[in-house]
Amino acid sequence: MTELTSLGVKDLRDGVRDGSFTAREVATAFNAAVADAAALNAFIVTTPDHALAAADTVDAARAAGEPLGKMAGVPIGMKDLFATHGVQTTAASHILEGFTPRYESTVSQKLWDAGAGMLGKLNLDQFAMGSSNETSYFGNVTSPWKKAGSNAAMSPGGSSGGSSAAVAARIASAATGTDTGGSIRQPAAFTGICGIKPTYGRCSRWGIVAFASSLDQAGPMARSVEDCAIMLGAMAGFDPKDSTSLDMPVPDWEAALSSDLRGKKVGIPREYRMEGTDQAILDCWEQGKAWLKDAGAEIVDVSLPHTKYALPAYYIVAPAEASSNLARYDGVRYGLRDLPEGVGLQDMYAATRAAGFGDEVKRRILIGTYVLSAGFYDAYYTQAQKVRALVARDFALAFEQCDVILAPTTPTASFPLGSMNEDPLTMYLNDVFAVPASLAGLPAMSVPATINADGLPLGLQLVGRPFDEQGVLNAGLAIQQRAGFMAKPEKWW
Amino acid sequence: MSNYRIQGATGEWEVVIGLEVHAQVTSQSKLFSGAATAFGAEPNSQVSLVDAAMPGMLPVPNAECIRQAVRTGMAIEAQINAWSRFDRKNYFYADLPQGYQISQLYHPIVGEGSLLIEADEKAGIPEDKVIGIERIHVEQDAGKLMHDQHPTMSYVDLNRSGVALMEIVSKPDMRSPAEAGAYLRKLRAILRYVGSCDGNMEEGSMRADVNVSVRKAGEPFGTRTETKNVNSVRFVMQAIEHEAMRQVDVLESGGTIVQETRLFDPGTGTTRTMRSKEDAHDYRYFPDPDLLPLVLEEDFLAECRASLPELPDAKRKRYVEVLGLTPYNARELTAEVETFARFETLLAETATVTGKDEAKVATQVANWSLSVAPGVMKALSDDADPANATAAAQASILAMADKGEISGGQAKEIFEIVLKTGRDPNEIADTEGLKQVSDTDAIEAAVDAIIAANADKVEQYRGGKEALFGFFVGQTMKAMQGKANPAVVNQLLKDKLG
Repeated sequence: MTELTSLGVKDLRDGVRDGSFTAREVATAFNAAVADAAALNAFIVTTPDHALAAADTVDAARAAGEPLGKMAGVPIGMKDLFATHGVQTTAASHILEGFTPRYESTVSQKLWDAGAGMLGKLNLDQFAMGSSNETSYFGNVTSPWKKAGSNAAMSPGGSSGGSSAAVAARIASAATGTDTGGSIRQPAAFTGICGIKPTYGRCSRWGIVAFASSLDQAGPMARSVEDCAIMLGAMAGFDPKDSTSLDMPVPDWEAALSSDLRGKKVGIPREYRMEGTDQAILDCWEQGKAWLKDAGAEIVDVSLPHTKYALPAYYIVAPAEASSNLARYDGVRYGLRDLPEGVGLQDMYAATRAAGFGDEVKRRILIGTYVLSAGFYDAYYTQAQKVRALVARDFALAFEQCDVILAPTTPTASFPLGSMNEDPLTMYLNDVFAVPASLAGLPAMSVPATINADGLPLGLQLVGRPFDEQGVLNAGLAIQQRAGFMAKPEKWW
Repeated sequence: MSNYRIQGATGEWEVVIGLEVHAQVTSQSKLFSGAATAFGAEPNSQVSLVDAAMPGMLPVPNAECIRQAVRTGMAIEAQINAWSRFDRKNYFYADLPQGYQISQLYHPIVGEGSLLIEADEKAGIPEDKVIGIERIHVEQDAGKLMHDQHPTMSYVDLNRSGVALMEIVSKPDMRSPAEAGAYLRKLRAILRYVGSCDGNMEEGSMRADVNVSVRKAGEPFGTRTETKNVNSVRFVMQAIEHEAMRQVDVLESGGTIVQETRLFDPGTGTTRTMRSKEDAHDYRYFPDPDLLPLVLEEDFLAECRASLPELPDAKRKRYVEVLGLTPYNARELTAEVETFARFETLLAETATVTGKDEAKVATQVANWSLSVAPGVMKALSDDADPANATAAAQASILAMADKGEISGGQAKEIFEIVLKTGRDPNEIADTEGLKQVSDTDAIEAAVDAIIAANADKVEQYRGGKEALFGFFVGQTMKAMQGKANPAVVNQLLKDKLG
């Protein structure tokens, strides 16, 4: 029998449905794999009982002849940014350590309703701020991948680094991620898996610890385009509890998957050809063009002239929102409280937040507070919003000439943990290709394309029109079929 | 022009006043959460996950709160902004769980409007005056700190956290405490007519931030101070008076006014510094990214407009022009929702019972409502059960009076008995003998007897001493034990005395 943990969402769902194995067998196998992979530090807490209980419910439903959900029998990892009822939810921050919500995020609830089970809460960059998973209070996540000829611990990307590591290591069939400025796509690219950030508003933000509200968007991370389509279908949908949620029907993305791109135009943005991009990445991009052409698409050059301003604008808008969103962690109602003897309210705030937040979080709160301050607001925040509008307009104009845009996901492959910490700006640059689609709220996906000379995965990014997740998934499928990406990390943990 | 001036050592000073009124929106649930808003509930019993700012919680606008703000804006004939937006006002305080208040700085839902305060000589307002209103925006209220529950710690009650407020910002158009008082009362009346705020200042449903500055006539505006959270009309007037005097004293002794936030002490009627401009927060306002811009559809606006009741100014005008009431009565009757509601119910009932047009009985009903009935109730005080003062009972009394069946004095007597017992007025009139005799035969007999018994006076009267007419009326009424219809008595006497 195939090892169950090697299977993805579709195979597990189908196998459980047709009786090839039980959901309990699946959950048990994954629970064991999770327990065996502590060295990756992918999980902050594990919840084997949750996975088993969900599996038993599915098995019982199947035995009773009841219809099974879209994710029935599939154990997944849940990024620890999603509030889970009765299970500690920390955003990988000390300030929320021990916080156990009495509510369930809309997205996680939808997944449980679809029959998925939870293996545990996945590690991440603290408050989703980071691109290497080195800002977690609960320690770095280590990628299952190794650079050829080196034993250095590699970064799984971030902020959804626990998710990418777990899925790549086959200790979860799939995982939730959230993407504010690349936090699904970049870790997916670093670990050789797929990840899609849908159109802003597709997935409810209710119950997701907020980083930057106008950018945050949940999405699936899995090992195939099909698996992403299935899981996104279970996660998406209008939620009256989120005012920015899209009130439109959720298409059946899985059913409409097609890698036949005849009649489609794929745009190649010339401004993405940036200095500092690895040659292997550029070569991979060229290969991607060839694959999509082979799938029937016409390749056209497009221009996104404001691309170089997107990253600076992002690093104003996102910290500005974060500085306000994170004000609620004040030691008054939940989470950490540091109340030195005999001090007043302001001192309690200061002590609590000094002890509770990590350096990167503090850095972004400071930046955000600064750019919103009287006298600086117009020069920074207002200006950044204008840039954001221009970036969105760039895409709108480009989509008059093409149906989907192909670009690299990242300028580099994964790097060793600790190698990029000298200057935060170097790290921020890793999201240079991911951020524009976030600012424009567009659906964007990373699919694994190839392995570089160091044996590390490289991803290609597809960006679509608003609401056109299908176009993105279809182009992703065309690449997947031609890339034949079979590489997987050698088990060392 | 207000003639209110402060007499300083260096001459007369004019006072310039602007008010920011915070009015709690009448709604079942809060501005961005489903939690209840009732006053006086157990601490922290009306708090949702959103109000407590739990991680991942999101605000969703409450349509009813928006509707009430729009209706209020329409009631002051203001610009309604079909596109508005919520902003975050960021600051740390224990009563503010989110660490920011959701408000509207840049694009308020209601723009410029105005409100009329009426001339009131006695109060020092010589003529009608229009007070400009700058804007109305909606925002969240904060929670409440309780400092008396523990020796070293403060407790927080989040019941009010997230309750919807309208901030109604006037222009600096008022020039005296009296004008400010009149503005507040008028605004309160409009809010209560519209039903968008209960106007209850004691429970904190309405409170005012008072901006005051002083200047010599003809000079530009002086530096203003803002006295926060004053919660009664009287206190607002006191705060203005004190603050204006204080500013004149400071200026005349060579000082300058510091732009600052002050607190009013109701005990002493004075204000004191709370924080100066230097300590002012930098609120770092920016558009709330959890909320989309608020776009009001044409249908929604039409519904808001259609749902507006007749407003105080229009009602007052109608009372004078259509119902024929005196301007004084019209103003008194329209000042409060309860007053006009009782009046209009009684007017309708009386018109029905008498079969007459409302305009024909309006003056009678107005006098009854404003002076007769309150007088009787006041005199009875504890003996009266106000529940007995039904519109039906009062209309019956008014109808009997209208038909001449009872006199004014009898009407009061009957009403007294109604208030004490709840008995039917017609039955009271019959059984208690509280009816005028309009029976011409009986009165004629009495008149004849009196004429016969006073031949000398009849002679004098006919000789030109007309003042004696009152004597004959008095004698007749006495003979009739006061129950004769005075009109019938008068007519008969005139006929017979020639």
